[in-house]
Amino acid sequence: MDLQIDDSLLIRNYISGDEKSLEILINRHNQRISSFIYSKVNDRSITEDIFQDTFIKVIRTLKKGSYSEEGKFLPWVMRIAHNLIIDHFRKSSRMPMYGGADSFNIFSLIGDDKLNIEKQIIKDQIDSDLTLLINELPEDQKEVLTMRMYRDMSFKEISENTGVSINTALGRMRYALINLRKIIEENNIVLTN
Amino acid sequence: MEKIYAKDQDRCKLIKAKPQTVKFLLDYSKSLRITEIQGIKFEGNIN
Repeated sequence: MDLQIDDSLLIRNYISGDEKSLEILINRHNQRISSFIYSKVNDRSITEDIFQDTFIKVIRTLKKGSYSEEGKFLPWVMRIAHNLIIDHFRKSSRMPMYGGADSFNIFSLIGDDKLNIEKQIIKDQIDSDLTLLINELPEDQKEVLTMRMYRDMSFKEISENTGVSINTALGRMRYALINLRKIIEENNIVLTN
Repeated sequence: MEKIYAKDQDRCKLIKAKPQTVKFLLDYSKSLRITEIQGIKFEGNIN
């Protein structure tokens, strides 16, 4: 069925709003276009990127109504892919990438141990969520947990400050953690970075 | 027999873009809206 529909008809249908036609077009020409790109760049992930950029241009042109049916669809897409391949090589010659050999990677030396902005945002979110959860705990457990985790106090110091035995402080810490886990599980909260 | 083919035969293999890439493109297409105001075409993405 797919093979019977002409590309030009599929394009007309797609421009009229039939998204399924685009799927047929992409799947029909996927292998030829991907293999063409791969034959030039010899890298799977770059091939995926260029394939994606090619079809983004195709989609935008078709949706804007700028596509002229003078030529055939596949050669037109191939031309777009070809231009993007040239852009890719121009860019990489301006900014050559040194990946390093398997035995030595330059990035292991110059790596930055700071969190990137995304991880920092996630960490801040987790910290604030955790503060809210800790506030849900009973006062005595909250007190021990805060002293231990945020003020880095030993259980001996906690017992002296709160006027309870070390065993009681340990027990409160244990229950604080059990209760925290319970709140997290009951509310399906995900605290990961 | 002497090899007369391209050194890098791997380049000749047939490959396909991943289904995730195709899905991304289909989703992108569905979300893309073109609005024309006074002859100027604006692109917008509806999530």
